[in-house]
Amino acid sequence: MRTENQKAWFFVLPVLALVAFNALVPMMTVVNYSVQETFGNNQFFWEGLGWFEQILRSDRFQAALGRQFLFTFLILIIEVPLGIIVALSMPRKGFWVPVCLVLMALPMLIPWNVVGSMWNIFTLPKIGLMGYFLNDVLGINYDMTQQPLSAWITVIVMDVWHWTSLVVLLCYAGLVSIPDAYYQAAKIDGASPWSVFRYIQLPKMKTVLTIAILLRFMDSFNIYTEPFVLTGGGPGNSTTLLSIDLVKIALGQFDLGPAAAMSLIYFAITLLVSWVFYTLMTKDDAQ
Amino acid sequence: MIELQDATKRVGNVIHIKPTNLTLQTGHFNVLLGATGSGKTSLIKMMAGLDPIASGKVLMDGQDVTRLNTQKRQISLVHQFFVNYPHMTVFDNIASPLRVAGMAQSEVEGRVEEAADLLQLRPMLKRRPHELSGGQQQRTALARAIAKESRAVFLDEPLANLDYKLREELREQLPDLFAGRGAVVVYATSEPEEALLLGGYTALMEDGRVTQFGPTADIYRNPENIAAARVFSDPPINVAGITVSNTQAQLAGGGGWTVTDMPDGEYMVAVRPHRVTPYRTSDADVELTGRVIVTELSGSDSSAHFRHGSDDWVSLAAGVHPYQVGEDHSFYMNPAHCRYFGQDGKRVA
Repeated sequence: MRTENQKAWFFVLPVLALVAFNALVPMMTVVNYSVQETFGNNQFFWEGLGWFEQILRSDRFQAALGRQFLFTFLILIIEVPLGIIVALSMPRKGFWVPVCLVLMALPMLIPWNVVGSMWNIFTLPKIGLMGYFLNDVLGINYDMTQQPLSAWITVIVMDVWHWTSLVVLLCYAGLVSIPDAYYQAAKIDGASPWSVFRYIQLPKMKTVLTIAILLRFMDSFNIYTEPFVLTGGGPGNSTTLLSIDLVKIALGQFDLGPAAAMSLIYFAITLLVSWVFYTLMTKDDAQ
Repeated sequence: MIELQDATKRVGNVIHIKPTNLTLQTGHFNVLLGATGSGKTSLIKMMAGLDPIASGKVLMDGQDVTRLNTQKRQISLVHQFFVNYPHMTVFDNIASPLRVAGMAQSEVEGRVEEAADLLQLRPMLKRRPHELSGGQQQRTALARAIAKESRAVFLDEPLANLDYKLREELREQLPDLFAGRGAVVVYATSEPEEALLLGGYTALMEDGRVTQFGPTADIYRNPENIAAARVFSDPPINVAGITVSNTQAQLAGGGGWTVTDMPDGEYMVAVRPHRVTPYRTSDADVELTGRVIVTELSGSDSSAHFRHGSDDWVSLAAGVHPYQVGEDHSFYMNPAHCRYFGQDGKRVA
């Protein structure tokens, strides 16, 4: 016979308290702002869903969202395959393993705003090493402060430099956990390197790869510091990603209502896409 | 037929396999018996071509395959771990080596189904490895080895990770599964009992060398050296020093008997635990008295460890015997079951 025991709820209370303080309360503040018009001296006027409608209809938001999706798409399509390739070509054992691991981890250890400054100085035309080299040595017309395309390429390359290591390290962890026996079996069967990748390495890497893709999606979708320091969202609005736009509205213009509504929409999109990703990638295991 | 001619394996400066000569016949069930780290897996990898050999030769059916790629040697290998392609069905797993070899689809189906029937996998053909039990996963790996037309099948402790019941069941089937397939079967194990149950031929391995090779029963009865006698015994064989003078053998801790054809000197005597019993089995029995240190009851057997002089002895007898730990008991041993070895470990008589 089953006995009902309500004591279990007590054990959940600490978690509830913690979540309330670090997520629910701040989030409710944002919800509070998002449905009201805020004036000085904390005067509030009910606005309903007006801000949400305004944000969703605005060309400015749609453009920033488009840029954000393009940015994240490019990041994933470059960093994930590149990370897998680098992980595959790293040594599995021997003296070079720790050397490679440390070199791989280095970019991730650098503070984000330093990364932005580094790449800014590095790529400035005339002054920066890369800017000078491209313009004056190779004769390529490159100026990330003036040309949107140059700015985009620079932002993408910077992120690839900064974060591909994460994909590499996660994939590498997945790869080294594959017992030698699998490779031997493939060797005996006479499987090609592609088959080894397709039927052994990829399936065995799947779990870590799912995590890597999710992390890279969330991080790149919410990216702020590095492109802000590098280009400040320019030239024009060409590299103004969602978070940069959000900060402009919230802190530049101090439009708290629209900024709060935009935050919630932003959050909902991140959550929704993450969920879709996760469901699609783990669908196979749940059978 | 697989022949090793002075084959050696070295990793860096460490010698894993000392120069080894061994000839394994097609159609025979060959057991490699040795403790963990004795070189069984290394020897298999050399024959399979997975590890390069430092010197010497490997021949298959008379052909020198020392430098031949693994996939060209037409072999199969089943590991201790259950190795299957994770995202393929059982059918595709069994079929994979056949497809790589470019076999026609109709023939692939026939062979896979035959192998699946032998290993009772037919209901599982559409499942994936992670949906199977450990025993079914290992049967899938075995089916893959059977379906493939191999000149040699290497089984590297294939039952080690299975539970007791499944292990017994599969062990019984194994010799039949591979009989009449025209392959050399090599089976590595660390359990003497398994070698005896599987029959066929046994190569005893110790410290990177094959110490003795021959029909399993022969090796069990007539170990050539003390190492072979030790490897092929579970619980460990009793070994004690004896002094022979004027055809009289004398144990240091007391007890003596008559031996023939042995010159005077110091020897080692080895006798299996089940030949040392707490009751008399014949008139020729020698009585050994010793203090019981440890007793164990396993199923319907009782074993007792006792100290005789400065030597530790083990007795293993059917039935339940009431030993008192710390008390002196009498044990009996028929000298006819003794094997004698010189100080260098070589068999004397």
